[in-house]
Amino acid sequence: MADEVKLYGVPGSPYVSRVTTALKLKGINYELVVEDLSNKSADLLKYNPVHKKIPVLVHNGKPISESLVIVEYIDDVWKGVPVLPQDAYEKAQARFWAKFIDDKCMPAIFKTIGSHGQEQVVAEAHEQLQFLENELNVKGKKFFGGDNINLVDIAATFIAYWLGAAEEALGIKVLSKDKFPKITEWGGNYINCQVVKEGLPPRDALVGFFKKRFGNA
Amino acid sequence: MADEVKLYGLDGSPFVCRVKIALNLKKIDYKFVVEDLRNKSADLLKYNPVHKKIPVLLHSGKPISESLVIIEYMDDAWKGAPLLPKDPYEKAQARFWAKFVDDKCIPIVFKAIVSHGEEKDLAEAHEQLQFLENQLNEGKKFFGGDDINLVDISATFIAYWVGAAEEALGLKLVSKDKYPKLTEWCDNYINCQAVKDGLPPREILLGFFKMWFATPNSFVYNEFLNKSS
Repeated sequence: MADEVKLYGVPGSPYVSRVTTALKLKGINYELVVEDLSNKSADLLKYNPVHKKIPVLVHNGKPISESLVIVEYIDDVWKGVPVLPQDAYEKAQARFWAKFIDDKCMPAIFKTIGSHGQEQVVAEAHEQLQFLENELNVKGKKFFGGDNINLVDIAATFIAYWLGAAEEALGIKVLSKDKFPKITEWGGNYINCQVVKEGLPPRDALVGFFKKRFGNA
Repeated sequence: MADEVKLYGLDGSPFVCRVKIALNLKKIDYKFVVEDLRNKSADLLKYNPVHKKIPVLLHSGKPISESLVIIEYMDDAWKGAPLLPKDPYEKAQARFWAKFVDDKCIPIVFKAIVSHGEEKDLAEAHEQLQFLENQLNEGKKFFGGDDINLVDISATFIAYWVGAAEEALGLKLVSKDKYPKLTEWCDNYINCQAVKDGLPPREILLGFFKMWFATPNSFVYNEFLNKSS
């Protein structure tokens, strides 16, 4: 039986985008099964009974949930373009930063959106983003992964693309170029990678989504 | 200095304990550097500038932070006594469950303890604990099967800290009739030598919880709430 790979998700989800980027990086053929989040399919509930969320990757009938767990699984199963460094210490650093993005950065950024860019909330987000800015400074490279994207770049997809759309929709500024020149540059480079670009939803659709969801406080 | 291993931490921390257990399993010699969380050392702040928390593992002068990241690093760096399955799918499942314990289970169980068993918190804690109960199928001694793995280690708080908190509070969260498999797992787990050697004495934990519940705004309470993971 040839490898059957299905990805349960929605095109607008940054977490799903993490997985599509990893799949495309490895050149894996997959079927995107689009979910209606207001009416989740029986399959999704069967494959992710704990969280009932997307993305879920189903590989030859076996489900894996949680986007960063999925991305590491993809790296373990399919050789070719590596998503994580080989060196144990560098691998740990990549995992650390990906976890930092998920646990600290993303919640702080979501809050700025939900609060319509309230000053104190933005200041807190800036505190977290500064760590990422410094990390890119120290590396002096194009991506968190160096010359090529890795798990950390993939984890930060929201910052590279979704955040800009939210800022435009709400007329707020979180990731300013003067304060975060490295991250801004990184974001531009990241979304221009073919494997990333192909998995991004159209920008106007995203702006529309943020306007509808968060507009008119 | 080659291969020198230091662990920065505190005996009472379940997150530090995770790393101690992993070090014991891998039979790695290490130096334990005790931190005073009210007066963090210059070294700790240098080695973990992002979170400024324990545990931090220092291996040949290079620091790694976040307990589960540390444990995966140890599994990559030292062979023998594997902490994760070899099979990629089983490995992904282990990572999923360890993350579930960290992100869902421990926070809500902790919340239920801190709120002295407030109804809504308890209900939510039971919902999450039930998933763990279901994971321990027939014949599975540990989450890792016959031997402990990353998932068991991640759930150390549940195996040992919760019992001490329950006793200090006079509250029962993980009862035998509701969680027959989980309670059995707790006993088996804390009786593993590598685990036993890493656990703080129960009386110390009891004392800590009793004091803590008496003074909910104490420093240590707040530090724990921020989670030294």
